[in-house]
Amino acid sequence: MRWRLIMPVVVVFALIVMLGYGLTRNPSELPSAFIGKPAPSFDLPTLDSDRERITDAAFQGSITLVNVWASWCVACRAEHELITEISRRTGVPVVGLNYKDTREAALRWLGRYGNPFAVVAFDPAGEVGIDWGVAAVPETFVVDRDGTIRYKVVGAITREEMNDTLIPKLRQLKQAS
Amino acid sequence: MIPEIGHFALFLALGLALVQSVLPLYGIARNRADCLAVAAPAAIGQFVMLAVAFVALSFAFYANDFSVTYVAQNSNTELPWFYRLAAVWGAHEGSLLLWMTLLASWSLAVAAASRSLPREVASCVLAVMGAVSAGFLVFTLFTSNPFAREFPAPAEGRDLNPLLQDPGLVIHPPMLYMGYVGFCVAFAFAITALITGRVDSAWTRWTRPWTTAAWVFLTVGVTLGSWWAYNELGWGGWWFWDPVENASFMPWLVGTALIHSLAVTEKRGIFKSWTVLLAITAFALSLLGTFLVRSGVLISVHAFATDPTRGIYILAFFAIVVGGSLLLYAIRAPRFDAGTEPVAALSREGLLLLNNIFLVVAAAGVLLGTLYPIFADALGMGRISVGPPYFNKIFIPLTVPLVVLVGVAAVMAWKRTRAEVLRSRLWAPLLVAIVLGVLLPWLALGTNGIVAAAGCVLGGWAIATALEDVFRRMRGRRVKLPRGVVGMALAHAGVGVFVIGVSLVTAFGSEHDVRLAPGERASLDGYDFTFKGTRHVEGPNFVAEIGDFIVREDGEQIAELFPEKRRYNASGQTMTESGIDAGIFRDLYVSLGEPLSGDAWSVRIYHRPFVRWIWAGGFLSALGGLIALSDKRYRRRERAAKTVPADTRARVATAEA
Repeated sequence: MRWRLIMPVVVVFALIVMLGYGLTRNPSELPSAFIGKPAPSFDLPTLDSDRERITDAAFQGSITLVNVWASWCVACRAEHELITEISRRTGVPVVGLNYKDTREAALRWLGRYGNPFAVVAFDPAGEVGIDWGVAAVPETFVVDRDGTIRYKVVGAITREEMNDTLIPKLRQLKQAS
Repeated sequence: MIPEIGHFALFLALGLALVQSVLPLYGIARNRADCLAVAAPAAIGQFVMLAVAFVALSFAFYANDFSVTYVAQNSNTELPWFYRLAAVWGAHEGSLLLWMTLLASWSLAVAAASRSLPREVASCVLAVMGAVSAGFLVFTLFTSNPFAREFPAPAEGRDLNPLLQDPGLVIHPPMLYMGYVGFCVAFAFAITALITGRVDSAWTRWTRPWTTAAWVFLTVGVTLGSWWAYNELGWGGWWFWDPVENASFMPWLVGTALIHSLAVTEKRGIFKSWTVLLAITAFALSLLGTFLVRSGVLISVHAFATDPTRGIYILAFFAIVVGGSLLLYAIRAPRFDAGTEPVAALSREGLLLLNNIFLVVAAAGVLLGTLYPIFADALGMGRISVGPPYFNKIFIPLTVPLVVLVGVAAVMAWKRTRAEVLRSRLWAPLLVAIVLGVLLPWLALGTNGIVAAAGCVLGGWAIATALEDVFRRMRGRRVKLPRGVVGMALAHAGVGVFVIGVSLVTAFGSEHDVRLAPGERASLDGYDFTFKGTRHVEGPNFVAEIGDFIVREDGEQIAELFPEKRRYNASGQTMTESGIDAGIFRDLYVSLGEPLSGDAWSVRIYHRPFVRWIWAGGFLSALGGLIALSDKRYRRRERAAKTVPADTRARVATAEA
């Protein structure tokens, strides 16, 4: 038996461990970084035009849902209708952060699937995404009216997650004020 | 009653699959010819049982038997009968039944061809396939029974996923699965080689046609999948790097590598353990594809039912099958490569080695991108999605050199080729390719650019070199060309056609999103689209708004397109059916977005030059594989097989005595 011939077994074993772990993961578990901290500041053009800009000042005074998305992101497509639904059911405005995308593709995507966003910040280089700790898309943040991040969902929102945590969370924040 | 017959047939199939796998392996270990002889009849019996189950489920769909839960979930009385039959593989349980039925068909084919193989080899191959089949049967019967009943039966079914109500779906999954499952034959041959310890030219001659056949099916399946996505998803794209697409693409890449590596092993007797490893990997990736699609660990536009127990079962099965065979490989493979000679860089085997490296690295890249979200999750980096930016970045640099190599394939001789030979034969195709690269986009589309020209030169290179070889061989000779040579030339030309299609649609494809009210016009790349309005139409199981668009070029009407927005009655889902004017040099593609205020609609218009060439290339390659498959060499194998493994026959003879 030669060691190089054992390599495939080792690789496959590692793969199986990873996949097994992937199966056991609960997608709604949330990482704790950023929660309870002020939303990182930013100043970006909007998706519609380079002349209009949006900054973190937009969060002052109302509870906001921030959704990081991209037109190339398959998971974003899956959660898109839920984002629309959350906004409709809670009345909370959704600010989009379009991440590492092109204007053309992003606008076409919104045209295709509908636009639930009050406004979309355009971040083609992903710089603001880095400040917000976005490893990849989609990610969704609940930002309180003083600009503090209250909750974060990494990955696509599921329907259970929306019904069981996100919507109650948003309603609770709304009532608290 | 009929679903119960199907259910019972599945149990019988499981019993036969166990017999098919256990007894022959015992026979090999103990040299018992009577045990070996069981394999073929068991395979035939298993096929019959699975066919009975498949027909039973099809009938339940045809007869709208909603007491069968699976039928109730995936069909509807309003669904046209052909979609009701295709709905058999519209979701998880039925897909598995299709998978197993096709596996049994391959086993049947092996059993039918087994007279030309030494009995030990044929029985061992069937035993391995039986074991795989048994694993899937257990999975189906205990976690995903398609015949489960539900009382009281619902009055109406939930309907087939509207995305799947497309003619492409009727043939795409069976083709894809034929390819996936077909690699099980190559896998079974590889395991047989490891068990018997022989990888000789006879072994490769038996393995090659099966591998090529599986590859042809997979090529057609992947191509049809791309076509379906283009027609049905309404984004004007032909490949989305979706996990489910990648799941079919990875075995294709490794299968392509396997076909080439088998050629080297047959002709030169080298790369033996590599070939065996590729055969195992191709099937492992097919299984992995099943796992990814069925377990729900990845989010996908194709999202099917998700259920963790199923995922765990498939993963355990994967671990046993792939882990076990790789362990066997680690123990037995060292004997294969004793005393091989070094490979010259300028030789066909050197070229094919490079080809294999590129293909396998590409497959590894796709695998990494597909699984990265799972890795990231496991390492605590969150659940994420890796998009086309990654895949395009890794994939293009890997495919370009591969296509350059394709052109050299026919010219390169085994063992060693002189550089002058390459030069004297390749300058003409290169010249043709350059002329084509400059002229083709310009003549067909009236424009050109660096990406387009480079892509056309590359594609033209693959086509011209393939044709050069065929013409040179035909010149001055009356004998017919070997089918293998013609097949290879066609397959390689198909790659060229594909590359031209991809580069031109990427370079010159354009789209336009526009708000149109009836009577308004929009123009794109010199085509003028007039929106005449929409009308309301009721389909068998949906209601639709059908748009009417007149397309004019230079004031003259060239097409009238009818894109649809459908709303399916049972599920309430809306679907876009694009209106497409297909052509050899360009597609015009209109799809309806959302209704806006008044009678206006948001409309997307696409101009897709040469997009058909992408699928034409895929089908051409598959045709090449089919022609290679009909080569006389494989039909002669009967005689060859009888002479080679004399020792096996002797052993079996002693056992019989």
